[in-house]
Amino acid sequence: MNPTDLIYLDNAATSWPKPPEVAQAMLHSMQQVGANPGRSGHRLSIEAARIVYEAREAVAALFHAPDPLRVVFTANVTQALNLALHGWLRPGDHVVTSGMEHNAVMRPLRALEANGVQVSVVPCSAQGLLDPADVQAALRPNTALVVLNHASNVCGTLLPVGEVGQIARRRGIPFVVDAAQTGGAFPLDMQALGIDMLAFTGHKSMLGPMGTGGLVLGPGVDVERLAPQWQGGTGSRSESEKQPIALPDKYESGTSNAVGIAGLGAAVRWVMAQGVDTIRAHEVALCQQMLDGLLAISGVQVYGPHDAARQTATVSFNIIGMTPSDVGLRLDDEYGVLCRVGLHCAPAAHRTLGTFPGGVVRFGLGVFNTSEQVAAAVAAVSALAREVRP
Amino acid sequence: MSAAYAVLLVDSTSHAIRIEKALVRAGIACRLIPVPRQLSSDCGVCVRVRQEDSAAAQELAAAAGVKIAGFRLLS
Repeated sequence: MNPTDLIYLDNAATSWPKPPEVAQAMLHSMQQVGANPGRSGHRLSIEAARIVYEAREAVAALFHAPDPLRVVFTANVTQALNLALHGWLRPGDHVVTSGMEHNAVMRPLRALEANGVQVSVVPCSAQGLLDPADVQAALRPNTALVVLNHASNVCGTLLPVGEVGQIARRRGIPFVVDAAQTGGAFPLDMQALGIDMLAFTGHKSMLGPMGTGGLVLGPGVDVERLAPQWQGGTGSRSESEKQPIALPDKYESGTSNAVGIAGLGAAVRWVMAQGVDTIRAHEVALCQQMLDGLLAISGVQVYGPHDAARQTATVSFNIIGMTPSDVGLRLDDEYGVLCRVGLHCAPAAHRTLGTFPGGVVRFGLGVFNTSEQVAAAVAAVSALAREVRP
Repeated sequence: MSAAYAVLLVDSTSHAIRIEKALVRAGIACRLIPVPRQLSSDCGVCVRVRQEDSAAAQELAAAAGVKIAGFRLLS
């Protein structure tokens, strides 16, 4: 089957295709620039540093962050979350999170817990919904951080980050948001939502390449407390063997992914040129079509809120009587529909949804999917479901 | 006779890029160059401007929110 005939519904794992400008920017970086950003003083090194800086500006603008120098690039959102969690929390601190988190949050928290950090996991409903009052009730005098997934990678449910941000701000507790599933696809204003540290990945709905991500630090974050998680060369203050304190260098030791960041900058500028609201409207329409189509099939169970307005364009389901892995394989082989099955690195979320350990089939819709593709995917699921329940 | 220059020393290449953008926007000629060895042991880059623009350049850098780590005249 020609790749263009495939129906790619795995955008929640990584988006594909990308805007053509992304590959063009990466090719330009490799062929015309090439040099190491910030490591030398010649024209190509400085041009590479300009491209990286302009990507910081684009990311800051996307998230309404006031200072591009507080955009710290990492290889992915997992590294960004590790920086925020390991960098901020100390033994004796208390941290609050939800029952819908990805292992990118839960594994660092469990490791910290083993070193004396107290962890509270606030339960969510079976649709993955979180009551902000439960977060408020979980706070303690020593709560040092609240960390929340903006949207579930399993079933798309949006968590109430704005309400939780207000609660955290009233108590003066820094608020970390994992925006892996929403950056670029959902309007995100760090200042309006009260987000102090926003962790993003570049390669999902921000439409950049894999190997890009970062942590955006709001103006209120005490960077003296936030400890770097790796030390080394920064191209600055080379006479000293102590890690520099200037941002972003403090958190960016080692040669950066200049080619990837060039692509990310182009991707974010593309997203903003389209308009996040426009992208969101398109994905809401596709998501509702998918939900309506799947909910109408006998023998199919759909997870999450069943309401496109309350979730990202990620829809998870099961065909009763067929394992998710069989469904995924047959969708790929027989219909050219590519999706992700299983537990999606999020056992806590699956326990909340009641889908642990069996897992689900996940359709992750993206900006380049069409209504025709959604209809074809629904028809494929319907045909498989009829085999189980003729 | 060659022009007389001054340099603004900064803590990070990212800071130099930010200053460069602010100066370009204001129409002030500048160039990022390796930090002259006699001025600092830092091996990074600094922002070179004409001496007559140096006061304006420092003001623009401060307005852009960048801390200037040092200012030197180039002889």
